[in-house]
Amino acid sequence: MSKPAIELKNISKTFGSTVANKNVNLTVERGEILSLLGENGSGKTTLMNMISGIYFPDEGQIFIDGEEVVIRSPKDAFDHKIGMIHQHFKLVDIFTAAENIVLGLKEEGRYNIKKVSARVAEISSKYGFEIDPDKKIYEMSVSEKQTVEIIKVLYRGANLLILDEPTAVLTPQETQKLFAVLRKMKEDGKSIIIITHKLHEVLAISDKVSVLRKGEYIGTVNTKDTNESELTEMMVGKKMSLNIDRTEPVDPVDRIIVKNLDCINREGVKTLDNVSFTARSGEILGIAGIAGSGQKELLEAIAGLQHVESGEIYYNNPKTGNTDNLRDKTPLQIRDLGVRLSFVPEDRLGMGLVGNMDIIDNMMLRSYRKGKSMFLERKAPKDLAENIIEQLEVVTPGPTTPVRRLSGGNVQKVLVGREIAASPTVLMAAYPVRGLDINSSYAIYNLLNEQKKKGVAVIFVGEDLDVLIELCDRIMVIGSGKVTGIVDGRTADKSEIGLLMTKTDGGVVNE
Amino acid sequence: MSKEKKVREPMFHIAKRSAIEPWKAWIIRLISIAAALIVCALIIVVLTKENPVQVYASMFKGSFGSPRKIWILLQNIAILLCISLAVTPAFKMKFWNLGAEGQVLIGGLASMTCMFYLGDKMPNFILLLLMFAVSILSGVIWGLIPAYFKSKWNTNESLFTLMMNYIAMQLVSFFIMLWVPNGSNVMGLVNSTTQSGWIPDLFGKKYLFNILLVAVLTAVMYVYLKYSKHGYEISVVGESENTARYVGINVKKVIIRTMALSGAICGLAGFLLVSGTNHTISKNLVNGNGFTAIMVSWLAKFNPVVMIVTSFLIVFLQRGAGEIATTFRLNESVADILTGVIIFFIIGCEFFINYQIKRTSKHKEEK
Repeated sequence: MSKPAIELKNISKTFGSTVANKNVNLTVERGEILSLLGENGSGKTTLMNMISGIYFPDEGQIFIDGEEVVIRSPKDAFDHKIGMIHQHFKLVDIFTAAENIVLGLKEEGRYNIKKVSARVAEISSKYGFEIDPDKKIYEMSVSEKQTVEIIKVLYRGANLLILDEPTAVLTPQETQKLFAVLRKMKEDGKSIIIITHKLHEVLAISDKVSVLRKGEYIGTVNTKDTNESELTEMMVGKKMSLNIDRTEPVDPVDRIIVKNLDCINREGVKTLDNVSFTARSGEILGIAGIAGSGQKELLEAIAGLQHVESGEIYYNNPKTGNTDNLRDKTPLQIRDLGVRLSFVPEDRLGMGLVGNMDIIDNMMLRSYRKGKSMFLERKAPKDLAENIIEQLEVVTPGPTTPVRRLSGGNVQKVLVGREIAASPTVLMAAYPVRGLDINSSYAIYNLLNEQKKKGVAVIFVGEDLDVLIELCDRIMVIGSGKVTGIVDGRTADKSEIGLLMTKTDGGVVNE
Repeated sequence: MSKEKKVREPMFHIAKRSAIEPWKAWIIRLISIAAALIVCALIIVVLTKENPVQVYASMFKGSFGSPRKIWILLQNIAILLCISLAVTPAFKMKFWNLGAEGQVLIGGLASMTCMFYLGDKMPNFILLLLMFAVSILSGVIWGLIPAYFKSKWNTNESLFTLMMNYIAMQLVSFFIMLWVPNGSNVMGLVNSTTQSGWIPDLFGKKYLFNILLVAVLTAVMYVYLKYSKHGYEISVVGESENTARYVGINVKKVIIRTMALSGAICGLAGFLLVSGTNHTISKNLVNGNGFTAIMVSWLAKFNPVVMIVTSFLIVFLQRGAGEIATTFRLNESVADILTGVIIFFIIGCEFFINYQIKRTSKHKEEK
């Protein structure tokens, strides 16, 4: 048997007192796809960064083709034919694909972009990529950009490719295409490590799965001998049921009615284009779409944080029975109208919370204005903070810990807890489980479900289609700022939603 | 890759500390001050061949040598602390007010104008109240101009406030030329016989009024920033404007209100300088304290009570430097080098409080 393409022995890395990796062992053979599975913060990316020369391990050895190597910089990694495709692309927007591919490369002879294009075309046809070498990056979709990144490392002769959560930004159809390409590379003898936390993808693409948990190496299993529940158990450390219970909505009433909403960003590009929909009480309305299709603008427009070009946002007030128009109102005016609108924004520490303030002061953000005194009243927020810590099981040394010190899941619990404590009639949540581990994610889904049962109109922007289909009563799909369809969550299937996500013209609404 | 090309591992690496006990942090600070004194001693020996211990002793004497020197020390601390208190709310809001120099100067100019034209024309008490109000008002105006432009057109406040300093300086030059007809452009003591518009001595002590007023102001500012709704809004806007907008804080209003406050306290400092200390005015009235105040504020991490310590430290070093320059007939620059070294070490030790340097452990032996 030939020597493995890469072998890691007892790799350890610590940052301060946090152990990112501890005695990790990993082996990838030639022509093999390995999935590196683990929850957020389990040390997957740190480990891969050590192979690609961004970090240097505290302890341990790396072998390539059986020979021990020291990788101190991305250039060293490169010399060993290791190429990493990062989650965030590193491309120059105003260059073409071919120009980006040769950028920084010292080639023999004169610079000849035609030759490069020919070589790119050759690589593309070999593995089945679809790419136009002369297209500029800023004109490309996310999946095209990813293709350029992959070709870039192949062009440089990489034999080991590391992909960091490559499917997070892709539609189901694009994911299928990517997997087809990866399989061809594997046949060609390349070794591939793919970082992910989506179990069904692990099962679909890889030969072997290695699992990390809290920085520790748990084990490696052959994909054909395992299943989702075993992998979850390895990943989380205990058995879990991965079901979300979905109740029937109880007498839904139209709560928020959005009509023909248009928004234009600073560059004059339409971010929302004639968006109309209704969110009903006691119901979870999911919003699906490729990242950046207008989800953020839509929620911010409703919350009074985004300037609206045209269109209306009506709110049916259950207390007074009045219908108010929320358009062109500031968040404060919206609250003064008696609209109990809670909003969990995408950027938790940049918008929803203040990272350097403690939990108590963050609780006050919504309520500090209460009372006529010019001084703050910290008693009620302190009680609220202690309540949330206890009820949502927030892991923190105490209520006076700055929220930036908490882990992602706990930060989210603090934010969602505060927003729910305002007993809202409308709850909007943008990517509330992004970066959260499985346990915390399900805790958040349960919280949303509880709100739904209380008759709150929940609007949930998500990225994982499996979850959207399991959780939501209705799913609205948006593409390039337009509503391309609204489907029933109980009957919808993934490929249908995937198709709607990439559709650019306005679609038929079939409810 | 060939074996010869094999790269060696680095010996040390830097790692961020997760948290540090306060006593450890204080030990690091003490070590750094000791190290600063040793480095300074070397510089003194090499450059001047004086005995460093004597130099340090005279430095200490510069601040505490006589009751008069102690009063001057306290007065200087009061003025520096007052300006530091002024810039703190703006800095906490991440509004980089580099214009304290000009805001103080314009407040001083307003005071002086009243003193010059209205001295002896009304009871001293009324005149002082008028000067107090006018200097604060002009400081507010000087602070509001950049704040308004910032909130309306998002102009760069650092450049704007910096430029306003020069306008204030030229205005002062203009009025001195107007008031001093002999062309020397140096203004002597104003109303020196009647002492009209001078803050009177309290209990026979000069400067005591200034010191007490700033002490009260420190306490008020501490409470304002920590316990008031305004202070809370300042923190939120400073940490994240997006969060502020999200919870419905009117960011523009907070910027304008806070800069008005910042300018008001600067104007007050100008009043204390003109009426309580100098009884005259020049372009160099503020003497760089508008910028030193920024350091005082940052070193104290915007905590008004800690600023008492940091402003003492800076004034102590300044006074000491002046003293050794005269006692040992040293070039002023040597004294400045010493203060520079000490401040460098004090600020630099924060690195060792936040980070640690670790030895890279060897590869684990193969089994």
